[in-house]
Amino acid sequence: MYVAVKGGEAAIRNAHKLLGDRRRGDRSLPAIGLDQIVEQLALAVDRVMAEGSLYDTELAALAVKQARGDMIEAIFLVRAYRTTLPRFGYTRPVETSQMAIERRISATFKDLPGGQLLGPTFDYTHRLLDPELAEDGIVETPERRVEVREHTPRVTDILGHDGMIEADGDMPEGVETGDLTREPLSFPLERDLRLQALARGDEGFLLGLAYSTQRGYGRSHPFAGEIRIGEVEIELEVAELDFPLTLGRIRVTECQMINQFKGSSKQPPQFTRGYGLVFGQSERKSMSMALCDRALRARELGEDITAAAQDEEFVISHSDNVQSTGFVEHLKLPHYVDFQAELDLVRRMRGEHERRESENSETKEAAE
Amino acid sequence: MGNENSSATPTSGEADFGRKAAMALLAQATVQEMKDFWAHWANKPQVETLRGPETGLVMMRGRIGGGGAPFNLGEATVMRATVRLGDGAVGHAYALGRSSEKVRLAAIFDALWQEPAYRQTVEETVLAPIAQRLNDNLEDRRAETAATKVDFFTMVRGDN
Repeated sequence: MYVAVKGGEAAIRNAHKLLGDRRRGDRSLPAIGLDQIVEQLALAVDRVMAEGSLYDTELAALAVKQARGDMIEAIFLVRAYRTTLPRFGYTRPVETSQMAIERRISATFKDLPGGQLLGPTFDYTHRLLDPELAEDGIVETPERRVEVREHTPRVTDILGHDGMIEADGDMPEGVETGDLTREPLSFPLERDLRLQALARGDEGFLLGLAYSTQRGYGRSHPFAGEIRIGEVEIELEVAELDFPLTLGRIRVTECQMINQFKGSSKQPPQFTRGYGLVFGQSERKSMSMALCDRALRARELGEDITAAAQDEEFVISHSDNVQSTGFVEHLKLPHYVDFQAELDLVRRMRGEHERRESENSETKEAAE
Repeated sequence: MGNENSSATPTSGEADFGRKAAMALLAQATVQEMKDFWAHWANKPQVETLRGPETGLVMMRGRIGGGGAPFNLGEATVMRATVRLGDGAVGHAYALGRSSEKVRLAAIFDALWQEPAYRQTVEETVLAPIAQRLNDNLEDRRAETAATKVDFFTMVRGDN
């Protein structure tokens, strides 16, 4: 018999009111503004945009504020919001070679055209907490260096000339670009869909998997060929105009991972590549994405699939933190009926177990 | 996306580059810039809103490896509007973000730009200041980034 139970409306209402109060915290302190979050917690905003898969700094800041800084909750809010809007179309692919560069480094070539541009990086800081930041002190304006503009080619293009490295990834002719927001995933996937899933995948999950490949689980000998951060232009073709329309610019982080490859039955020895492209300034995520992209190409490159990071269905099915949190956290919801059934079952099994035990000991006594 | 007014804006091949550049600048204006330019615009025309302003999404694309086949990177919010001026000129605007006022005014300036009588004024009083600000920002970013460029030097070692 199934009995529906109602109740808890008042408790839920009061809980949400309490949440609002705790979110606001001490009323004697000024409330934090969205512009402050956008400007001063910019990388939190970037992460919410990347994994929420929606580029809008103000909405991401609102989500961070509403979620009290809980990133996955904020990402969930952004994902929910996007379902309420119509889609105007697909943009032209962004041209990262035309990026307005704010950081650009290569771990494979010291002297490359355009140079090593460190940009606003945490690298080489000593990771000592800075007590001065606890105060609202004066921050110096950045240094400037005006120089002749130098062409900044992509490292992979420099290596590409002599065939030492594979070309940018192509898809079979006539294949329509997959979109996981429109069609449910069905494995095995093409690389375009994998990249879409990885671009919105959980940073921590992809970081752990990327690390596992470095520790020997699906080893792929990576080098950070190039990482670049900066703004790219977004262009959309619309029916009412016969030229592609510029909508504005977004910041992205791109990582070109270069991997040693000793060749296989399908390919000669050459460097292969993993690719990462992420909204905002998200270096760790783009590197993790590139390592996972390369690991997941095992099938295509004829490598043995031995490790978790190479298992497409495992990686892609568990990389989305909104899906993951949904299923893990649903365990909090009432399972009273399920549990009652389980309890009855265990009681019955326990009874049978005890009956068997006592029968066994009686038989034993009789035999003695 | 074709709608009632798409045929009302014949875009000749010649003018496209100019209008494309003009619309790109309008898309990257701030809402405050648009409001200020509009406040200072003499003889404001009658404006009829044909569409929006309405919010939607675009799915943005990247390329595998940076230059290969496209893949879907993620979405962005976009606002769009279409207006018709009293004399019949139709203007469109699309821009990243969710600023309805900015996009409505951008559509008006797009319509005004298409009219030979107003083009020069739009270019001088609206487009040029936006272009100047964008260019200044770009130059600042470039100079600040260039200051973080690594100058490698080789340590000269002695004979021993």
